[in-house]
Formats: sequence, structure tokens, C-alpha cells
Amino acid sequence: MSAALRETGENFSARYRGLASRLPGPPELRRRAAAWFDRHGLPDTRDESWRFTNLRPLAGLIFSRTEDRDGAAPGLLARLPPTEAPLLVLANGRMRPDLSRLDLSRLPSGTTSVASFAADPSFGNLSDSETNPLSALNTMLAEDGARISVAPGSDAGTLVLPHLASGNAEHPPAFHPRHQVRLGAGARLTLIEIALGTSIYLHNPLTEIVLAEGAELLHLRLQDESAAAFHLASLHVTLGPKSRYESVVLVRGARVARSELHAAIEGEGARLGLHAAQMLGGEQLADITTIVRHLAPGASSRQSIRNVLTGRAHGVFQGRIAVDRIAQKTDGYQMNKALLLSEEAQINSKPELEIFADDVKCSHGATVGALDPDQLFYLQSRGVPKEAAQAMLVGAFLGEMLEAIPHEWGRSLFEGAMQSWWKDRPV
Amino acid sequence: MALLEIRGLAAEVEGKPILRGVDLALPEGEVHAIMGPNGSGKSTLAHVLAGREGYQVTAGSVLFDGQDLLAMEPEARAACGLFLAFQYPVELPGVGNANFLRTALNAVRRARGEPEIDAMKFLKEARAALKRLSMSEEMLKRNVNVGFSGGEKKRNEIFQMALLRPRLAILDETDSGLDIDALKIVSDGVNALRGQAFSALVITHYQRLLEHIVPDQVHVLAEGRIVRSGGPELALSLEESGYAGLAAEAAA
Repeated sequence: MSAALRETGENFSARYRGLASRLPGPPELRRRAAAWFDRHGLPDTRDESWRFTNLRPLAGLIFSRTEDRDGAAPGLLARLPPTEAPLLVLANGRMRPDLSRLDLSRLPSGTTSVASFAADPSFGNLSDSETNPLSALNTMLAEDGARISVAPGSDAGTLVLPHLASGNAEHPPAFHPRHQVRLGAGARLTLIEIALGTSIYLHNPLTEIVLAEGAELLHLRLQDESAAAFHLASLHVTLGPKSRYESVVLVRGARVARSELHAAIEGEGARLGLHAAQMLGGEQLADITTIVRHLAPGASSRQSIRNVLTGRAHGVFQGRIAVDRIAQKTDGYQMNKALLLSEEAQINSKPELEIFADDVKCSHGATVGALDPDQLFYLQSRGVPKEAAQAMLVGAFLGEMLEAIPHEWGRSLFEGAMQSWWKDRPV
Repeated sequence: MALLEIRGLAAEVEGKPILRGVDLALPEGEVHAIMGPNGSGKSTLAHVLAGREGYQVTAGSVLFDGQDLLAMEPEARAACGLFLAFQYPVELPGVGNANFLRTALNAVRRARGEPEIDAMKFLKEARAALKRLSMSEEMLKRNVNVGFSGGEKKRNEIFQMALLRPRLAILDETDSGLDIDALKIVSDGVNALRGQAFSALVITHYQRLLEHIVPDQVHVLAEGRIVRSGGPELALSLEESGYAGLAAEAAA
């Protein structure tokens, strides 16, 4: 590891030492995470799971703790298309009741509860704070976050969570929000998360999602961080019997972005679906890493990833499907497709299947290609200008993902983000 | 002046000369056939006229309505009223046929300074055109050419032509792979457009199509040159004598 990257890591450790006595929640877990992080620091490319994702752009940056209330948040919030849904707003990792619109009385009484990590800290059930650098960093420094729970049997409708970030080039802030989402048996929720920001900052959220038997979560995530920022996120989902986790993710990237999905399919017959797209340009690097563990029989997981890359952008997809010995009749599918719009764009694709059961159906695949010149010419010969023809073909490449969004506002949000990416794409 | 004036056109593909000096004048309102053996340069001529990449024009000029056609992007050629019916129509997975056709129609209308057409009005026109061509409305809901049979693809080309109403249509072996019913539909589609404002270059290997679309003139292309031109009867005499012997003429 470079000395400069080590320095950035050591700065986080120093911040922990300075804050330790004032941080909320049980101190023991933080202490252990901090001890591990002290020894390992930020990951570098010698770490197998970070082989393709070089954090070098972070090197030498010294991040500061933030209580930023500089007023950029309302402007960022105004970028969202209008919605009637309850809004739970976080700015620089802190809950902002003043910006939120959370009229729980509009929901069936007692169905949904929302609290903050700051007021009621709990680290949940995760155990990887001493193995995973992103978890360790978050556990060590988490100060706030959203805690959402939906009572058994109730339909909580839609909840929108904007994560707003006001960065700063001189003293870039870092924040490490800790979120928890719990759905009781048979409960339903559509959760729409939108990360938006300006200038330089590090957003290191950790989200734990627990779905009880038969619960259904539609989880839409739009990651549209500042192009100068760093987004290092991890999401841990536990699926109970016959529960369903459907996620659609659009990553417009940051300077460096990594989104880890750790799914533990613990209940028989559970279903997991992930449609994700990364749209990157300029010098952006973005990484989607998924680890799906089938720990119960008769469950399915389907992952469909699309990358649209231009400029010198670098996309990474690493997907592991691990099927436990008892997880018979598992149906696992994983596909990563990349469309390279420039000579210098690149994609790394690393599928891994680890199968210990004998009666399973698992497949994976990857494709890489440029826009098809025959298709472009066909459109142009019908009068469609080249730029519009390219946009149509990129739209077609991503169309399946939009169609997978069974939520009108969410679909138009994603569609708008795709179209504006195309219009403003950094080349 | 003719609508299309091709003078001394020479073109090569990957350094290999294919067209070696094509001269052809197509007056407004006329339909001309271009016949010739395989490898004579028929499809190359169609692609050069439509502006496909990968063809280097090494000599000659093409005027379309007095404008330098070869200087234009393919989409500008379409906007001027040029239409190529592809020999092998391209599949566009993920692009709905209705959306594709409306985008194409509006692109051409915009370029001509005409107002865009809204979805309702488009559907009405599209349905009327489909009915005239004895095609199913189902066609609009499918992805462009995806899963279409060979005949359906060719009919989709003619459907596009009917909607876009070009001034000049180039039909590149539109008859290949068609059964007699599909051939009839395609021919009817072309004949319905015939008139003073519509001209066509019908490229074909066989005389069969020309029984349905009777051309004003027939040109024979061999080894990259027009070696003979005449009335519709030329197609019939070719049918009897074949293309053998033309090579000698071309070399002479």
C-alpha cells in the first residue's frame, strides 16, 4: 500500500480515537472494529476482493468529521421530481427532520416506525466488522442513520430516502451512516434511496436489511454522487422463508464508487432479484460486488448487471454465488453485460460459483461489446441522427432494467437519471 | 435535371475496387431496375448511395436533386427523401417498432421543417398503412425485426417506406427469400407509391420482381459498370440468355 493511502486510513483511526468516548452505542464492537482497521487500513489491490478497484484516488486525502449545515441540502433535494411519498432526508449522513416529510399518520397506524441510530444506537446482527474493511470503517465511526421497521402483515407503501452530501475540496467531509430496515412477517415496503452530492466527500453507508417470512421489499437505489466524491457502500440483506427482495440499482458513479451486496438467503423459497446498471464516464471507477449465499433450499437469486462506459471509465462487477450443501433446488442466475462507448473504457467481470449442493441450477455469463455499427446505420438510414441513434441503442440496452421497476415514480426517476447522464455524460 | 445523377462513380471496400465507373440518371417519377450477377456491385451501389461506412468512394459524383449526396451523413440523406430497403434488415432488440417508426418519421419531418406527429396521430397513420399492406397491427408491438421471419422483415421495410414516403427508394434485393404472396405485398407497396413524386431503384438478381414492379428502364451492372440499358424487355432477354457473356462486354 502506498504511504499516502496508509495516511488516509490512519487519519480515520485517529478520528476514532479522538471521538471514542462520545460515540453512541455499545463501545466494544467499535473497539474491535477499530483495532482491526488499525492493523489492516484501507484495502489495496493486493487484497483479492479489491484487485480491480484501486483506491489510489483517495490517497493523501484527509477527511474531517462533518456537522455540515451549509444549506446545500435543500438545493439538492429540489433536484428530485415531486412526490407525495413520505421523505426521510439525511444530509452528510445525519437525519434531518427539518427537511423530511414524514407524516406517519398518513400510514396505517402503528405499521411503520422510524428512528435514528443517534437516538437509539444498535449495530444489528452483523459480524463482518473484523473481516470487511467497509464494515470496519462504518462500525468504527457511525454516528447516525435511519432505522425503519414495518410491522408484520402491514403494507407501508413507499418511503423515499434522499442521502444528500455537501462536500468541500479543502476539508472534505466523511460520514458513515448506519441504517437498518426490518420487515415483519408478510410486511411490504417500497424503499427508494437516492444519493446526491456536490464536491469532494466520502460517503460510507452500511445498511442492514432483515426480511421475515413472506416479507417483500422493493428496493430502488439511485447513486448519483458528485463526480469528485467517494462512495463506499455495503448492504447486508437477510431473507427469511418465502420473502422477496427485489432491487433495482442505477449507479451514475462518483470518483470511486463501490457497492457491496451481501445477501444471506436463510429461508426456504425466498427470492432475490437484482437489476443494476452502472453508467460511467471520464475517469470514474465504479464497482458492484455481490455475494449471495444460498443457505436454504428452493430459493432463487437472479442478478442482471449492465454497464455503459465511456471516456476512460472503469467498471467492475464481481459476483459470487455460494450454494450451501442443504440448499437443494437453488436457482441462481447472474449476467453482466458491458457496452463500451470509447476505446479507453474498460470492464472487469469476475463471476464465482461455489456450489456444494448437487441438485441446483446455476448459471452465469458476461458480454462486452461496442454499439453495433449495423444497428446505428440502420437507424441513421431512417433519418435518426447519429447521437439520437446511439441514445436509442443505449436505452434499449438498459430497457429491461427500467421495465423491471414496478413503481411509476421510481421508473420515471431512473429514466430521467439515465437520460440526463446521456445528455451530460463526461467523456 | 434527373432526380439522381450518378457520374463515373468508383468505390472500393477494404482496398478492393467494386464499382468502376457507374453512370446512371434517374428522372423524377421513374422506376429503374438494376440487374446483374452476384458480385457485380449492386449492393455496394445501394450502400454507397445510402452512406454506409466502410465504402471508399475513389472517383465520381452523385447528385440527388442537385445536391452532393456523398457529402451528407446517412440521416441527412434520409431527411432529403432517400430510403434504402435493406437486403438484410437489422434487428434492434429492446427497441419497439412503433417507437422506432415514430422516431424515424419525426426525425425526417423535423429535418423537412414539418411539425412532429403525436403518438395518437402516428398510430392512426401506421394502422392505415398496415391495412393497405395487409399486415397485422401486432407488428407495431414487437421489437424491430426481432424474431421476424425473412418475409416479415422485408414487409417491415416496405411498411417503413410507406410511412416515410421517400422521394427515392432503393430496394436492395427486396425480393430475395420472398414467397409469391409476400412478393405481391411488397410489389403492391411500391406500386401504390408510384407517381410523379416517387422514384425508385429496384435492385434485383431475378426478373421475377419486375413482373410485378414494371420498370421504366433496366440497367445491367457487371464488374462495377453499367454495361447495358434498355426498356423492360431487357430484363426478359436476360432471363433467357443469363448473365454469361456480360463479363466479356464489361471487360471490353
